[in-house]
Amino acid sequence: MSTRPSLVVRLVKGFGQFWWDFLVGDTPELFVATLVIIGVTVLVSKVLHVASVATVLLPVLVIAALAITVRRTWPKR
Amino acid sequence: MIATTSTSVSSISVLVLAVFLACAVEMVEALTIVVAVGHTRGWRWAFEGVVAALVALTALVAVFGPALVHVPLTWLRLIVGGVLLIFGLQWLRKAVMRSSGLKAKHDEDLIYAETVAELQAGGAAAGRDQVAFIMAFKGVFLEGLEVVITVLTLGTSAHRLGLAAAVATVAVVLVAIVGVIVAKQLSVVPENAMKTTVGVMLVSYGTFWVGEGLSVRWPGSDAFLLALVGIFAAAVFVMIQLSRRAVSTAGVAA
Repeated sequence: MSTRPSLVVRLVKGFGQFWWDFLVGDTPELFVATLVIIGVTVLVSKVLHVASVATVLLPVLVIAALAITVRRTWPKR
Repeated sequence: MIATTSTSVSSISVLVLAVFLACAVEMVEALTIVVAVGHTRGWRWAFEGVVAALVALTALVAVFGPALVHVPLTWLRLIVGGVLLIFGLQWLRKAVMRSSGLKAKHDEDLIYAETVAELQAGGAAAGRDQVAFIMAFKGVFLEGLEVVITVLTLGTSAHRLGLAAAVATVAVVLVAIVGVIVAKQLSVVPENAMKTTVGVMLVSYGTFWVGEGLSVRWPGSDAFLLALVGIFAAAVFVMIQLSRRAVSTAGVAA
């Protein structure tokens, strides 16, 4: 008896695998960082209603996320 | 009126440049694999793989393209912005690492040599060459999928899907023509500089759309996109310099 999954199952798994590799891949910290950035911006603009702060905060958080992930790759002294 | 016109021009310029460079970079990567397959196992199977991948990509666009139009704009911009942010940050991380020596540069010559070695190890096929077909198909489909996502996300969010698709087509055709002329010399393409530029564009667009999706008011409206491009480009420049210093300090210490 063949245990090979059906074409539909393989397609769905392949589709899911593609998006996992695309969005998470080998840098899960960037996926998490983006969720945090969006969450903080929602908090500031929608809950605390200080949209002007969000205007500055959003790019700053993005730069901070990139800086942290790059800093982690630096060789240890 | 003048402000509105200049705003649209700046927004369109960023869109066109981002789509063109992203598509050109992905096309270079796909072409490297196709040329390797063609030279090693024969052009017929390489072309069959390319055509099959293009048909599959067209089907995907036909299914998902119209569906995206029905997603409410606020949600679309938030989701697209999030995807572009993740994608752009991944590109920029690699670009900074490559520029500062933390990671080896993307070498098309090396990738070509590795692909050829892999294909030759598979031995010659009698009749239909499945290995060559699958290799060419996967190369074009996977790189093409990134092109499709870039075009669909940037195009639909900016309400300029037609323009984004046209620019992508021009990029793909141009790289194909140049690829045919230079054949195996795709390594001369300044890929890391292009990837850095695309990364800055994607992160700028991602930040902008996330903000739009969350009702953040950008000063100067769409024109702020250019400011974001400048801010992120400056930040990346600083990160490359600091990373280079960290690499050289570690080298001296070792």
